[in-house]
Formats: sequence, structure tokens, C-alpha cells
Amino acid sequence: MKLLVKGGRVIDPENGRDELLDILVNNGKIAKIGKNIRAKDAQILDAQGKIVCPGFIDIHVHLREPGFEYKEDLATGTRAAAAGGFTTVCCMPNTDPVIDNMAVARFIKEQSQRRGVINVLPIGSITKKQGGEELSEYTDLLAAGCVAFSDDGRPVMRSDVMRNALEYSKMFGVPLLTHSEDAYLSAGGQMHEGFYSTFYGLKGIPAAAEEAMVARDIILTRLTGGKLHICHASTAGTMELIRQAKAEGLQVTCEVTPHHLTLSDELVGSYDTDTKVAPPLRSHEHIEALRAALLDGTVDCLATDHAPHHLESKDCEYDMAAAGISGLETAVAVIMDRLVNTGILPIADLVRLFTVGPADIINLPKGRLNISDAADITIIDPELTRIVEPEKFYSKGKNTPFKGMQLTGWPWATIVAGKLVYIDGNIAEE
Amino acid sequence: MNLRDKNIIMDEVGMKRALTRIAHEVVEKNKGVQDLVVVGIRRRGGPLAQRLAERIGAIEEVEVPVGIVDITLYRDDLTMLSTQPMVHRTEVNFDINGKVVILVDDVLYTGRTVRAAMDALIDLGRPKRIQLAVLVDRGHRELPIKADYIGKNVPTSAQEIVSVLVAEIDGIDKVVIQEPINET
Amino acid sequence: MKLDRRKDLLGIKDLSREEIDQILDTAIPMKDVIKRDIKKVPTLRGKAMVTIFYENSTRTRTSFEIAGKYLSADTVNLAVNTSSVQKGESLRDTLKTIEVMGFDLMVMRHSMSGTPHYAARCTKMRVVNAGDGQNEHPTQALLDMFTIREHKGTLENLKVAIVGDIRHSRVARSNIYGLSRYGCEIRVVGPATLIPPEVEKLGVKSYYSLEAAVKDADVVNVLRVQRERQQAGLFPSLDEYAELYMVSPERLKGAKDDVLVLHPGPMNRGVEISSSLADSTQAVINEQVTNGVAVRMAILFLMMGGAKDEIAG
Repeated sequence: MKLLVKGGRVIDPENGRDELLDILVNNGKIAKIGKNIRAKDAQILDAQGKIVCPGFIDIHVHLREPGFEYKEDLATGTRAAAAGGFTTVCCMPNTDPVIDNMAVARFIKEQSQRRGVINVLPIGSITKKQGGEELSEYTDLLAAGCVAFSDDGRPVMRSDVMRNALEYSKMFGVPLLTHSEDAYLSAGGQMHEGFYSTFYGLKGIPAAAEEAMVARDIILTRLTGGKLHICHASTAGTMELIRQAKAEGLQVTCEVTPHHLTLSDELVGSYDTDTKVAPPLRSHEHIEALRAALLDGTVDCLATDHAPHHLESKDCEYDMAAAGISGLETAVAVIMDRLVNTGILPIADLVRLFTVGPADIINLPKGRLNISDAADITIIDPELTRIVEPEKFYSKGKNTPFKGMQLTGWPWATIVAGKLVYIDGNIAEE
Repeated sequence: MNLRDKNIIMDEVGMKRALTRIAHEVVEKNKGVQDLVVVGIRRRGGPLAQRLAERIGAIEEVEVPVGIVDITLYRDDLTMLSTQPMVHRTEVNFDINGKVVILVDDVLYTGRTVRAAMDALIDLGRPKRIQLAVLVDRGHRELPIKADYIGKNVPTSAQEIVSVLVAEIDGIDKVVIQEPINET
Repeated sequence: MKLDRRKDLLGIKDLSREEIDQILDTAIPMKDVIKRDIKKVPTLRGKAMVTIFYENSTRTRTSFEIAGKYLSADTVNLAVNTSSVQKGESLRDTLKTIEVMGFDLMVMRHSMSGTPHYAARCTKMRVVNAGDGQNEHPTQALLDMFTIREHKGTLENLKVAIVGDIRHSRVARSNIYGLSRYGCEIRVVGPATLIPPEVEKLGVKSYYSLEAAVKDADVVNVLRVQRERQQAGLFPSLDEYAELYMVSPERLKGAKDDVLVLHPGPMNRGVEISSSLADSTQAVINEQVTNGVAVRMAILFLMMGGAKDEIAG
């Protein structure tokens, strides 16, 4: 079984490639990369005019299984990921039961291989039941395939617990992915605190609620020598703290989401619950700071924080609505349209932030196009223009503030271990 | 809709004469001005009521109370209008209980305005009698209403529009029949 | 755009000066109706309205109800068990049920900001916001403006001080949005914890000193202090609040001689307003209540008449 990806612009930042090349895939692995490759028996994929990259990785998604299959499951979530151009996703442990033991982690590995269409790597919880009190069994979780630990969805409020987690996880060299939010400062908040929270009369969440926790965790990282990754970093102050921590040589990384880079708090004025997300959409100053941090290397990767919700938990009063955005199927197009096509972000940086960037955080040997590696490939059509239509999402979660927007630059094909799982708008079902 | 003047049926002098005649008729019919008040229907009934009251007062050498009734809140056609008309104040600053009210309007047509005005008046008190004075009666009644005093009877077709202009509002006194211009 | 062309009245933020003028002008003849012996006109005969309050407020609800009745609309109060909101049927389902009973207009009060906006999208009924969370209380601001205009003859270029819990106050927000249409100089004053972030970007000046804020003021609007703000730790005690911000004749000495004092009620005498001021001729708190009925009559009249099919969304 051979596949020849022909004539595309291959961008592979880690290997310094950016030229028109062919890629030959054989038995699920990359066999050859070069010009004018001939392979009589190979299926040809004409990639002229397309951008061919290492498979995109999203280290922050909520696939909701087990426990919340009405919001999303491993079958729909991985199809949404494939349609969004992702070949590997890491799923957060705020499931029911929580991924705090070997059985749940194994369940996800097995079920995603059976019913999913891309690679799924589970993330174990920092604390049992994400309760913020007792550490989970990291050895077991790692043995079952977990790649990192996180209590995402809620902060680890107790500083002593966080200190212990950073210290203990250091032994395994895996990062703690933190949801940085001081729950007392953010209590009752519905949107970013600033002019628009005043204007719209909604209770605000100050940037300080995030920054205070980021500062605490950086200080604890300095104390323990642990490995810290800040999830969905959303404020200027967070970026400044991370910049300093990196300069100091601490093992601190961070991700930002497409929505925090492109949408502002002004949007909340419609009281459309699809604009409700944690952390909240910030003001323009913060968006500018995130974009600057994207370019100067402070930001290590892009991640969607894909948080699908059932219609009922969004079709209600703003205060009662669930927070979160179904992001897998729009992430690449949003960054292409709003940042790459506008000249803000070079395309090579987009590729880096979706490939080696996230791979290196979790020590994953992916994100590059190396001979004899598993052939995970993402192909983007930079010319394709489409309107975001949530009702056509593969995800069960139709909750997106990008609905109705016209975007140019969409994933065109997704290849996982040599298998074409998504092509030209359709998931290739067996 | 563009309109064109078809016929001038009363000029300034004609209007003066009509009001003077009506004033005499009012005095004669009521055998004086005892308990008599004049109330105009907003909008052009207002100035006409004022003038009528002055003429009646001049004949009898007394001051006749005069007021204005706004009928917007009593109209029966609001649900048929695409926008709500502006509501204005009813300015009847005297007691109408037991009074003879001379209700004044410019044109009597379907009778619906007069019906609304009578309802509005009755919500202000219980007059002894209401009499209706109009400058023009153009026919086409939809309710059983009849004027007690008429400046001029003008037979019209339903397509025609009768416009009374008064100096206080329009800068000129005249009554014209207008008809729509068919734009082809 | 005029109010009678809108489907809903959700906030002053959305209204033009022309629309505000239309409402205030229409309220004048409505006030005449209230003062008559026969306080009823037939104009909304055959129309039905419902008030649905997810937060207690006897006076606003009663005001809307009697306004509807004076105009001959059928008015119904829907009792809502506010404690069951969390578990009960969804708001969309509740609204659908009410809608199919044939109501033309719904008056909604809700503790959560933006809920009337959401409700307006869920139903064909016209929606009037009777106060949503910390966001807006448009009819209160309109009655305040009506009262000010009646006394000052105009709304233009007045100096208006709003005193108290600006941060959580929908009355303050709606007043700011409305009065700023008329070029008023608006000052807000209260403890720092009760002044919302970046409030000056709304075009107001903010103060911590009551005396500074009321200097040369034409109007002082005193907000009600909610006891739960003290319990939430936003200020130490009601005594200390009163010491700093209780409005009294002495503390209004720097204001204009004919300063008008408003309060949306119910008052906490001795906390945000002194009894001597509340009972003085400068305070027009009872007049505000009467004007509230007139303004709500104007709104109901403008919104419930007219041909429905031509209404803009």
C-alpha cells in the first residue's frame, strides 16, 4: 500500500524544508521525500497548490468520553480532529470517571484505536478525581499511555498540592498542564473584566485571576525544578511572566488558542453564549500581546481547548451557560485567515506551532517529516474559502463563536500513519 | 402618494362666513350660551374651535371656555397602522359635567373620529349634551353620526381627499378637494 | 428607528435620542390620563401582556401592571419560583408556553444580565426589559429622565451625579447611556470597590468624594445599597458607608440651590440617604413612581399597537 503526495509545497520547519517536493509513503511510514518521485504502484495524491506539513498535533482537547458522550465521543471527536487537520490529539482528563487511573486511560487508548480515526493520547489528572487534594498514581497513568498531567477545567488551588505535584512529576520528566485561574478572583465572572464588562453589565474575570496563578506556579517551578506548561494562556501579564521564566531557564512552556488570538471581549455584547469560554475572550491589548508572544517565541504551541457542549447547555441564560468552544474544525482556518493571510504570522511559524511545538512539550517523537517515521501528514489548501457552518461539524459540539464567518485557508487532507482519513471535505470511512 | 388640487371649495372669506353662521346657529339653538363649552378635535378642529368660541363669545359678550381633545388613545384603527401616531395632550381645563359641549372638527367623513372624540369626552365627565359642528360634511358615513352644524355639504367620491387648511397650522385658510395623480 | 418599529426594548444602549424623545413626549398625555377620575383609555383593548419576574420587585411589576390596565390591555403576572430556575424547565420552553397563550408582549425581570436579550431571540412576543442583572433597567432610566425633564425643562447639558454602587447598578448604567445622549456631564461616585473598571470610558467622571461629585450638580441620583455587597466584603459596614456616602442636605451644600434628588427606591433611610433629605421638597421620589407608570404606559402603547408584520427584528 503506497501513497505518493505529489507536487505540494512541503513545509517542515524542524528539517528546514520549504520547497515543492513529493512524499512517498509506504506501509504507513514515510519512505522517500524528494523531487519527481516515481512509484508506479502508488496511489497518487495531487497536492499542487497545497501546503504539505507534518501531521498537526493538538495537546489540549476535551473528547468527553467516558461520561459525557452526549457532548462528544471518541468517534466524533477524532473525526472532528481529522477534519480540522489534526493527526494527534491529547485529551483532557475531566471525564466521568476522571482519567486518574490506569483503567480509564487504557479504555481511551483502546477505544480510540478501535473507533477513532487519528492518534489519541490521554492526559492523566494531577490529583485524584481532579479534587485538588491527593496526587494521582502517575506511574500507572504513564504506563497506560498518558503523556502529561492536568486538572484542566479547574485550577489546583492549594499551593502545597501544586508544589508536590511539580516535585513528584519531575521524576518522570513529564509536564503539568495547568489551568491557571484563581477561583476566588474569578468567582461568578462571566467575561473578561474591563471596559466591556462594565458596558455590558456582566461580572468580570480580571486578567489577574490568571496571572496570579501563573506567577505562583512559576515560583513553584523555580522551587521544585519541575516542568510546567500553562494551558490557554490569555493575558499580556501571563506572557510577560513566561517570557521572564524562560529567560531564567525554567522549564516553562505555554499554549494559546485560536479564539484568544482572534476574538475580543467586545463580542460578548450579543449575550450569545457561544462567546463564553474559560479563560474569557480578552480585550484588544491582550490579543496584541498574545500575537507578539507568538512571534517572539514565548508561545510554544497553538492548542484548541476543543470543548464541545450539548445544545441545551448553551441555549440558555448567559450566566448559566457552559463555558467552552468547539474548536477542532476551525483552528487551522482561523489562524490561516486571521494571522497568516493578513501577514501577521509566517506560514512556517503556523506549521511549527501546530507540529514540533506541541510535540516537544510532551516529548513526543512526532511533528517532523523524517524517513521511516509514521506518515502523519496534514495538507492545507491555502486558497479554499468556506463559511463556518457548525451544523456541518463532525463534532457533536456546534458551539462556536466563529459561526457564519468566512475564512480562507482550510485543511484539505489528513493522513494518519499513511492512511488518508480526511480528504476534500469528507472523512474516508472504511 | 402625490396629490393635485382639483377644486377650491372655500376660501378665507368663505370660512369666516361659515363659522360666523355656525356661531349664530349655536346661540340660537341653545337659546344663549348658558353652560356652553367648545372643544375642538386635534388637530385642525383645535383652531376652528378657538375661532368658533370667540365668535360665540362676541355675539353674547361673554367668554366661552374652549379646549382640545386628542383622540389618539380612542382610535379604532391603531392595529391597522404600520406606525403608532403621536399621542398629544387633551387640553380641557374645565369641568364638562352637565355642560353643553360643542364638539368641533374640520371634516365629517366616516364618523369614526367623532365616535372616538365622544368616548374621550365622556371619560372626562358627563356632559348634558354634545353637539357636533363641522366645517365640511363630505358624506360616506360608516357610523350613525350626524352633524348639528355644517359649514358646507360637499358631495365627494371616496378617492378624493378633502383638506381643510387653517392659518394657525398651515399659514392659509382654505378648503380644497384633492385627488391622487396616477403615475404611469 | 422609532420604538414602535422595534420588536423589543432591551436597553437604553440601543436607543437613539429620537426614540427617547418619542417615549418621553408620549408619556406626557399618559400622565394626564393617570390624573383623571376615569383612569382608563381603550387603546390597547384586546392586547395581552404578561410580566415574568425572576427576581422580586413589587413596585416595578405593579407599575407595569397598572400601566397596562390603564391602557385596557389584559395584564397577567406569571409567578416564578426563582429558586427552581436552576432545575426547572428551560427558559425557552417557558417562553414558548407563554407565547402560545397569545400574549403580545412580555415584561421580564431577571437576575442574570442579558437574559431578556436571549429571551427576545426565543420568542415572537415583544420583550420589555424590566431590569437584567447588572446590565440595564431602561424603564427606570426613562422615568428618571422624564422626571428630570419635567423639573428642569430640558435634559440638555445638565450636571448629574449618580451616587453609590455603580458597579452592580443597572439603574446607573441605563441612566448613563440615556443622559449621555443629551450632553449631560455625568459624575459617578462611590467606594472604589463599587466603581466598575474603566468606567470613564463610558464618558463619565468618577469620584471617591461625595462633595466633589455633587459640586454644582443639577441632579443627584442616589442608588440603593444592597446589604449583600457588604456581606461580600466590598465595604466594611453600612455605618462606614453612610459616613462616606449618605446623601444629606448638608452634603449637598455645594450643589445647585435647586438640585433635584432622585432615588429608584426602596430607600434605606440613614444609609444612602438621610431622612431629612428624603422628606424634603428637593427629593421627588414619589413623583418618580407616578412618572414610572406614565413612562411605562407610553412604552406599552408604542410597542403594542401598529401592524405586527412590519416590525423590524
